[in-house]
Amino acid sequence: MRDASAAPPVLRMAGVSKSFGATRALDDVTFELGRGQVHALIGENGAGKSTMMKILSGAIAPDAGTMEIDGRRYSPSGPGDGLRCGVSMIYQELTLAPHLTVEENIMLGREVHAAGWLDRKAMERKVREVLELVRHPEISPDVPVGRLSVGAKQVVEIARALLNKSRILVMDEPTSSLSQEDSQRLFEIIRGLRDQNVSVVYISHFLEEVQRVADSYTVLRDGRSVGSGTMEGTTLEDLIQLMVGQKFTQLFPRVDHAVDGTVLSVTDLKGTRMTAPVTLTLSKGEILGVAGLIGSGRTEMLRALFGLDEVEGGTLVVSGAALAGRRPWTRIRRGLGLLSEDRQGEGLALALSVADNMTLSDLAPYRRHGVLSPARQRRAAAEWIGRLKIKAKGPGQTIGDLSGGNQQKVALARLLHQKASVLLLDEPTRGIDVVSKSQIYEWIGGLAREGKAVLFVSSYLPELLGICDRIVVFHRGVLVESRPTAEWTAADLMTAATVGRSSREEHPDQRNAE
Amino acid sequence: MSRQHRPGLGRALNIFGPFIGLLLVIALFSLIPEVQGRFLRFANFKSVATQSVIVALGALGMTLIIIAGGIDLSAASNIALSSVIAAYAINAGAGPLVAILLGVLTGGLVGLANGGLVTRLRLVPFIVTMGMMGIARGAAKWIAGNQKIDAPMTWVNELMAKSPTPSWLLIAPGIWIVILFAVAMAVLLKYTVFGRHIFAVGSNEATARLCGIRTDRIKVLVYTISGLFCGLSGVMEFSRLTVGDPTVAVGLELDIIAAVVIGGGSLSGGEGSILGTMIGVLIMSFLRNGCTMMGWPNYIQEIIIGAIIIIAVALDRLRHRSA
Repeated sequence: MRDASAAPPVLRMAGVSKSFGATRALDDVTFELGRGQVHALIGENGAGKSTMMKILSGAIAPDAGTMEIDGRRYSPSGPGDGLRCGVSMIYQELTLAPHLTVEENIMLGREVHAAGWLDRKAMERKVREVLELVRHPEISPDVPVGRLSVGAKQVVEIARALLNKSRILVMDEPTSSLSQEDSQRLFEIIRGLRDQNVSVVYISHFLEEVQRVADSYTVLRDGRSVGSGTMEGTTLEDLIQLMVGQKFTQLFPRVDHAVDGTVLSVTDLKGTRMTAPVTLTLSKGEILGVAGLIGSGRTEMLRALFGLDEVEGGTLVVSGAALAGRRPWTRIRRGLGLLSEDRQGEGLALALSVADNMTLSDLAPYRRHGVLSPARQRRAAAEWIGRLKIKAKGPGQTIGDLSGGNQQKVALARLLHQKASVLLLDEPTRGIDVVSKSQIYEWIGGLAREGKAVLFVSSYLPELLGICDRIVVFHRGVLVESRPTAEWTAADLMTAATVGRSSREEHPDQRNAE
Repeated sequence: MSRQHRPGLGRALNIFGPFIGLLLVIALFSLIPEVQGRFLRFANFKSVATQSVIVALGALGMTLIIIAGGIDLSAASNIALSSVIAAYAINAGAGPLVAILLGVLTGGLVGLANGGLVTRLRLVPFIVTMGMMGIARGAAKWIAGNQKIDAPMTWVNELMAKSPTPSWLLIAPGIWIVILFAVAMAVLLKYTVFGRHIFAVGSNEATARLCGIRTDRIKVLVYTISGLFCGLSGVMEFSRLTVGDPTVAVGLELDIIAAVVIGGGSLSGGEGSILGTMIGVLIMSFLRNGCTMMGWPNYIQEIIIGAIIIIAVALDRLRHRSA
């Protein structure tokens, strides 16, 4: 490890703040990146990491604060400007053109040419050089990028950044979709970059790998930088404590409810998009929390449960009936209801009315001889609007015009309307206001009291700890632990989600895939 | 990390897929005793090639547009308009060369308008060119006074003659023009920065922009070039008909698009090749030719070509999945 204080920092951010509407995404953040250093940026979902990255890339401008690169003022007007100043972003395979070859992608916009005629030989030479530099000479320059693995694509991205003479690479969750082996190779590349005086901002949730690859760290929490230092001498527990802080002051309305009788039982269920089979049970009147990082396989499990993805193996029993296949309607008939995490894209039909959205999954009551009665549909919807205190002009209003919180209430109302008895809720409180949030908590409690079962997926630990009876944790596609809520602490949950095992156990399985 | 795929079977299929299709079509008709004798003759091949010229020229430009992720529904109307302009010019006493230039330029202007509208107004190409389809067709009818424009015979009409003068040309000058431009476009796509940027825009426009490519300029150029080809195609249409007919080539844009798609072009952009497109054109022409020789009615041809389009694209998807 190098001494961070030896050289002047290549990048310095001071007093950087950014608000979106009423939310303060970044609040007086200070950040220093040493030359040739790998600096980890750590924080929970919503801590402000992505905002900070966007500001650094030039995609958005900060409200206040200054940035300097090599002591010179840096205020990029856009991503292209950031690139010219030597700041490159490595996103997940987002910025490659799949039909173009490796060489074409790396050289895109920087082609070697004479009066418009490509000098292919010169470009291939350059590409081979840079692939050598990132220690992947086996990647052939003339293969279309669309045929490469995710890991190889990432190498191509890095190669492109190097060719661009970038001095600062920002990597956002670079290993989240990589295999163990590919991650190892990536770490080697990153170490190689260090020797070429390229500095890396490394954003990741996986704390163990952060510890391995980074020289120093900065932790963000609720938009503030709450701690930074060198990685040496910093333990996992220190980092986790900084990440979760002391923020369990929020009160959650608890509704008393009794748990009895299994209603959903899943054994070794494996959907096409799941990386590992999952086993769990859910009882009537139970609120089961599902914790884990974004991309840890929670949504994929819900999709398999609800029949949105093909079920490859295992069994799924709901109220005594075995279900299989890719047929959501059979799930709905058995009382399953899914609230999508993607409210705008999947959960709601934004151009349709509140009434249509609410009743879409069960139109039978409003149909007579095959003809739908919009009037009765609207009457039924009006009742739900009143009951759930939805702020809308009326059942005929287009749902796209409502606020996020009210849209979410409509989406929930649909599940209640279709009389679902097992509710699969995927991030039901994401991006909605505090008042709506606490209302949703109350309903979930109320539903449990009525004997309904709730599977509650959330990335926000306090709410899981606040309202669930039991919490399971996903890590990289595997359900790693299940405990009653009383036996969990926020730090334990965070550890299990980021490391894959809880702090209490002694390394039950060293995940050495290869 | 992935061992890269060898440029083996997948790539071979990529290039030869449409070619195999063409050979199949030719082989099929060569095996049918009734037509064998007439089908497998140089004279017949020559006439098939001559019939292909108009679609082929339009398809050259359409290939660029489709690779760049766009579409041009106004191609056929543009061809009609350009042919009317060329006829009008000759009728008005202009020299043949001037008439040809005017026809080609008209096409180019329509293309420029398409590109300008797509990039400036940020409209979907489908909508812009669908509108332009009506505008160009209407303009053609207007200029022609809603009837055919008769024009005196000039050497322009020789361009599509099956037996060319001088005779050492062997095939119609129009076919040579197609070959010339096909080679030029293939070279442009493969060996120039511009060509590479066309692929980049169609493959992932956001990436192209991120890499500093002026995507709007690429698009305007592509639509303009395509318009110029439609203009040239219109001149050939006039050469063939010897009159300027504003009602000609209705629905031909679909043949043009079909040729590109059969040749491996993807309507979502980033894929396509000149060679493939030319083979696509020939597949359709040979099918028509063979069906006509068999004495099969028009509707049979339509059904067969429709099926070919679906099969070609389905095979293409299958190949992609296995690759």
